[in-house]
Amino acid sequence: MSISNPAAAANAGGPLSSVEALIAGLGGVGYIASRRIATALYMAVNLQKPILVEGSAGVGKTELALSTATLLGLPLIRMQCYEGLDESKALYEWKYGKQLLYTQILKDRMGEALADAADMDEAMVRLHGMGDLFYSEPFLEPRPLMRALKEDDGCVLLIDEVDKSDEAFEAFLLEVLSAYQVSVPELGVLQAKTPPLVFLTSNNVRDLGDALKRRCLHLHIPLPEAALEEKIVASRVPGVEARLTRELVGFVQTLRTLDLRKAPSISETVDWARALVLLHADSLSPEMVRDTLNVILKFEQDIAAVEPQVVELLHRR
Amino acid sequence: MQHTLEQFFRALRAADVRVSPAEAIDASRAVTVTGYADRTLFKDALCSTLAKSADEVGRFDAVFDTFFARDAVSMPPPSASPQGEPSDADMAATESSPLAQAVLSGDNARIQQAMEEAAGRAGVADIRLTTQRSRLTRRLLEEMGLEEIERIIANARRFPEQQGLADRLDQARRDLFTEAQAYVARQHDLYAAASAQALREERLARKQLNADGGVDPVDYQLMAALVKKMAKRLAAKYSRRRHIAHKGHLDVRKTLRRSLAYGGVPFDIQFKVKKVDKPSIVAICDVSKSVAAAAQFLLTFLYSLNEVVDRMEAFAFSGRMISVNDILDDHGVEQAIFKVLQEIGFQQTDYGRSLQDFSEQHLDKLDRRTTVIILGDGRSNFADPRLDLMREIHDRSRAVIWLNPEPESYWGQGDSVMNRYARFCHVAKQCGTIEQLERIIEDVLRSYVPH
Repeated sequence: MSISNPAAAANAGGPLSSVEALIAGLGGVGYIASRRIATALYMAVNLQKPILVEGSAGVGKTELALSTATLLGLPLIRMQCYEGLDESKALYEWKYGKQLLYTQILKDRMGEALADAADMDEAMVRLHGMGDLFYSEPFLEPRPLMRALKEDDGCVLLIDEVDKSDEAFEAFLLEVLSAYQVSVPELGVLQAKTPPLVFLTSNNVRDLGDALKRRCLHLHIPLPEAALEEKIVASRVPGVEARLTRELVGFVQTLRTLDLRKAPSISETVDWARALVLLHADSLSPEMVRDTLNVILKFEQDIAAVEPQVVELLHRR
Repeated sequence: MQHTLEQFFRALRAADVRVSPAEAIDASRAVTVTGYADRTLFKDALCSTLAKSADEVGRFDAVFDTFFARDAVSMPPPSASPQGEPSDADMAATESSPLAQAVLSGDNARIQQAMEEAAGRAGVADIRLTTQRSRLTRRLLEEMGLEEIERIIANARRFPEQQGLADRLDQARRDLFTEAQAYVARQHDLYAAASAQALREERLARKQLNADGGVDPVDYQLMAALVKKMAKRLAAKYSRRRHIAHKGHLDVRKTLRRSLAYGGVPFDIQFKVKKVDKPSIVAICDVSKSVAAAAQFLLTFLYSLNEVVDRMEAFAFSGRMISVNDILDDHGVEQAIFKVLQEIGFQQTDYGRSLQDFSEQHLDKLDRRTTVIILGDGRSNFADPRLDLMREIHDRSRAVIWLNPEPESYWGQGDSVMNRYARFCHVAKQCGTIEQLERIIEDVLRSYVPH
């Protein structure tokens, strides 16, 4: 199969040449990827398909897109989804104010242009010639999706938390994601010269439609195993000592086995490591853990449940 | 290989991983990129194109490992082979059966290939039922050419110098039988296990849940999953039209009117704004003695509903009424149900008293966007049903839906006042089985749950 994506072709022998190269490349920009993550990304580039990333909050879904953009040296265009997001915020909008002001300012000029028309019909014909003026690109305000399609050298498009948007918007995304084009009624179809590399992230607030899922590759990022998590912490928090890393990752892994409202994910582990480094801790003591528990646990009930058993949990490993 | 992939897709579909033709094409394209040499790469590539949710990833992994089982055939080498290689005499005696030769020389790859081919002819992949296994094993062995081996054994028994060969072939025949059995069992797991699950779900869906004993504890998990699926479907319908929030379109009329203040210059642009409708659901669940058997089912529904609907108030009552939002929010489904029952369950029903509790404390939760769903049998122990309060609830809310686990013919019998309450409901339906619940969600709630 010939690789038709220019981004991939330009990188032949580069980070996109194989899964291993991709893992190494992502590692170089500070993202420790598991094999499954790298494979999914590799497939996304080779098949030119958007990639839907799922996983609980804080496992590095958004970070994956950011790191990929850094790795490929492409601009990142980010669109945050929310309930009520619609085309005019995601795709494009006409600059109504500019249009209206221009019509006002040009009123006199139009009068002049039409003054020497012999009759009404001729004036109308001339007016038709001018009509399209106000619905042209200078009056178009591109929003993230259109900006991404207009990047001629390609880009990384991150559609964050797509599950927060509503179903109508999801349906509207289908055209963009499968054909990398949008239709603007007044202008026609705009097609991307270089298809962007699209990441969609979802926290599973609601089930996404099958049509959207079908168009995407799927990647579920689970909470990492201890070894991988240690690597991540070491790469994200430069000043941390190996022994402390092992201890705190072990503690977090134990916490995840408990029945908590929100188990700590990677971002919490990293934050905790940073906090401990700031506090000049070189190993975990029960007092230190109790004082900093609010960094990894985000619910009052969880903290209350864990606090009495800190000593026991520290020894359990 | 394309055929193998097709078979694999079939196995995935049987395991309830939905594979559409387009995804099948994607998977084939992915495979052309990755090739077959690297097993992990092959698996991950297929996984990212085929499995589209965390559940499906789990099922995909299981099916993949069964389907592309490594060293599927691991026959022990022919036991008492005097020298490592089979002797020329043995080879000559078994000339008519390639299978026997493969078995004697311990060539597992060839045996596996023979088994795959024979399985194709025997139609093992079409297995549907557990009971088909032994017949299919037999057919598989026949297709592989077992008869020929049996004939050779019988032949060899007649010559004393070939007894060793006969024994070895006999042993190999038994091993082969074990392998074939394992192979058929694997195929059964791949293609037929899911249909047994479907059968169980179907039977459970029809079961009367207020019958003696209620839900079998074995089926409980299954029921919770089914009910949750339905609550999710309801929530999806319910949230569908909230999005007509604020379309950013120019409101020409308003803009022109404003422009008069600036001498006709449209300085202040006005956009069309539509209000976001915020519908809510109030669910009230009866957990008294008379519905004891169905209470678990009703509460499961209440719990799932609470999980998937944002703006929802949940109440439970028997003698009095309490709000159970906190209990449902803070606990897992089984524990939440236990807690609710512990707190208020199994007392004497008093509908009048409970309705009074509701109107005294929570009537402000009802407005014209609220749908009230009442789950209960309408048996008030001959106490005053307080129809006046029911009328008030009816008048204040957008819709009142009553789901009763008892069949309609019982309504109004004995201490049931359901027929009188039903006058103040927009819909009153029997809801005693999961199947009925499903139908209600499909047909009734769709038109009554506000958009």
